Amino acid sequence: MISARNLLKLSPLCLQVRHGSRMFPQLKRGQFSRLTDEDINYFTRVVGQNGVKTEDLDHYNTDWLDTVSGYTEVVVSPKTVEQVSAVLSHCNHRRLAVVPQGGNTGLVGGSNPVFDEIVLSLERLNNISHIDPYAGVVDCEAGVILQNLSDKVEEHGYTVPLDLGARGSCFIGGNLATHAGGLRVVRYGQLRGSVLGMRVVLPDGQVLDGRSMMRKDNTGYDIKQLFIGSEGTLGVITDVSLLLPQTPVSVNMALFGCDSFDDVIKCYRLSRQCLGEIVSACEFMDSLCMASVNNILGLASPLEDSHPFYYLVETSGMNQEHDMEKLETCIERVFDAGCATDGVMAASRDQAKHMMSLRENIAPALKAVGFNYKYDVSLPIKDMYSLVEQIRLRMRSMDEAFSVGYGHLGDNNLHLNVITPHYSTEALSVIEPFVYEEVSRLRGSISAEHGMGLKKANYLGYAKDPGMISMMKTLKNVFDPNGIMNPYKLLPWG
Amino acid sequence: SQYFQHYYITNNLRMSGLRVLVGVKRVIDYAVKIRVRPDSLGVVTDGVKHSMNPFDENAIEEAVRMKQKKIVKEIIVASCGPPQAQETIRTALAMGADRGIHVEVPAGTDANLQPLGVAKIFAALVEQEKPDLVILGKQAIDDDANQTTQLLAGMLDWPQGTMASVVSAGDGALTITREIDGGLEDISVSLPAVISADLRLNEPRYATLPNIMKAKKKKIAKMDPASLGVDITPRLKILNVVDPPVRQAGDKVPDVSTLMEKLKEKGHL
Repeated sequence: MISARNLLKLSPLCLQVRHGSRMFPQLKRGQFSRLTDEDINYFTRVVGQNGVKTEDLDHYNTDWLDTVSGYTEVVVSPKTVEQVSAVLSHCNHRRLAVVPQGGNTGLVGGSNPVFDEIVLSLERLNNISHIDPYAGVVDCEAGVILQNLSDKVEEHGYTVPLDLGARGSCFIGGNLATHAGGLRVVRYGQLRGSVLGMRVVLPDGQVLDGRSMMRKDNTGYDIKQLFIGSEGTLGVITDVSLLLPQTPVSVNMALFGCDSFDDVIKCYRLSRQCLGEIVSACEFMDSLCMASVNNILGLASPLEDSHPFYYLVETSGMNQEHDMEKLETCIERVFDAGCATDGVMAASRDQAKHMMSLRENIAPALKAVGFNYKYDVSLPIKDMYSLVEQIRLRMRSMDEAFSVGYGHLGDNNLHLNVITPHYSTEALSVIEPFVYEEVSRLRGSISAEHGMGLKKANYLGYAKDPGMISMMKTLKNVFDPNGIMNPYKLLPWG
Repeated sequence: SQYFQHYYITNNLRMSGLRVLVGVKRVIDYAVKIRVRPDSLGVVTDGVKHSMNPFDENAIEEAVRMKQKKIVKEIIVASCGPPQAQETIRTALAMGADRGIHVEVPAGTDANLQPLGVAKIFAALVEQEKPDLVILGKQAIDDDANQTTQLLAGMLDWPQGTMASVVSAGDGALTITREIDGGLEDISVSLPAVISADLRLNEPRYATLPNIMKAKKKKIAKMDPASLGVDITPRLKILNVVDPPVRQAGDKVPDVSTLMEKLKEKGHL
């Protein structure tokens, strides 16, 4: 068992780059054609010299976690929806497999080639077409980086209803394709609720234009909702119309130190009762998470002592005095009830950013320590941390392994991470399939927000019953009869 | 003056049990994007997030550390500003100040409070409270004046240690390391003195929640400039406030001869 003190002794940067095909040795390349010079020439004619890359492709081939890597020979980056259509149409005709890619920040190996699939990058489709300042709606292309979108709509007093640590790199198209969750689901709801319209290109090149800036539109089957969360397996999202909330004027952050997870849950309940509609994030982390960001990234904890658990609550509202009153009531109730032993409140935006950065940098900090086995699950709130404890128990015979738990408490979403110095099938076999079986037994979700990708595709049976999976396969065949769109992902392949 | 006699009799130049007056100012939060008002006479403050001036955080932090080392016995925090300045005083109380003084001016008129007026107010407070040391932030991030400390020291005829990045208590005097253009300068100031805190003086603590709650019970005395006999009529008039000019995009040229052409075109050669 590894203690917080020993974290520094583990060697940093234990990179594990493994071919997707080696991590899953039983996975065989599908019956797709091989790329030829004619194909490359065609792509070059469609998207131009600037849009075709055949060298320095590591960055596209490997995932952010450095855990899976394919070996594509070409990255095609179209600039317009017409170019996307022409490229896909050609690939469909030629039976060439395609992986649509956004910011490549996915955590389940869903945005990288497994073998030699062509990478279709959305990076050049990065125009923000239109902002309606009265309706609070933005129309933009799929390749817009989330941070850039956020900055642009801020100019009009709006904010994006989605925020996550990867904001500087991820694309809005990828956020939609994976139906990303993030920090603000507890306040703004799931992303799909903010999507008013979308334009997609089907695998055969057909463009389905469902763009609309209307808040309400009940006219027929809502096909765009199928694409949200489809992880690039049904087609390519090229444009979206997104509903935007007002930028809050008053943002406050409080961090509580708690002795037990039970106390964390009590803090959470009290804070939701006192803060009500101004709550904009409810996060928790354990002491090893705090130790990781302290020691590995040098981010100091604002609390003097270390605590077994930390609960972070953020409020966003339009009136500082009003929000402060509510926060002060919340703090009084929490300390009166004795569910926190210490806490701090941010006195400025900088302090608030620092406190949130402690939570957001857990993933990068853990990534630097060793190989990360990441599990993003939904569980009944009272069972959230017991899963971490069970995994810790199962891993106790492995000396240099340690397990942490953190996540979106407000959404019952646990991020369970197990870290070992190097990837080992032995460690993997201790964790899987136990973790999925346990989550399934507790009627939780085996993938709350990260999606299935490559890594979890074969576990779909733990999440959905055979009838449901069969219907998914039927729909996949309707949209993609040749199976060229992001093969080996989302649906079970083994 | 009467004050000096009082000081020499009671304090006897011991470096402990000092009483400190710290000044704090409520300003627009450092991280907020500033917008110029449509009338170009100031910036938009309505509905904008405000917090304690960052340099003032360093000032309070230093006073609290000196109290923890038993050099200081009592910290009085004072702020001149609108009704909402109370929040800033409360933050200082939560960081460890003992009691507060709020010199209130009507909401919306605080932009007219200039360093000269503030220095006069603090001189009156010094007369009232008789502290051994006054610590202010080096400058406020809204006007960037960096004048109040110096004006106050002049009015009181006290030594000043400005831009302090290290303060240490010696025998009857404080040694102050100042950040200056050429590097660092060490000076020794006898008490009573006025110090202005720079960013590198210390790392300000977060206000802990138990302390925030305790701070609610600490006293804040309210007064106005008139009751202190101070005239805060502004002596400076703001004529115009504008955004800095938008940075022009640069030009990338493919080779040296094009560069030469462009430079000649623009009259630089």
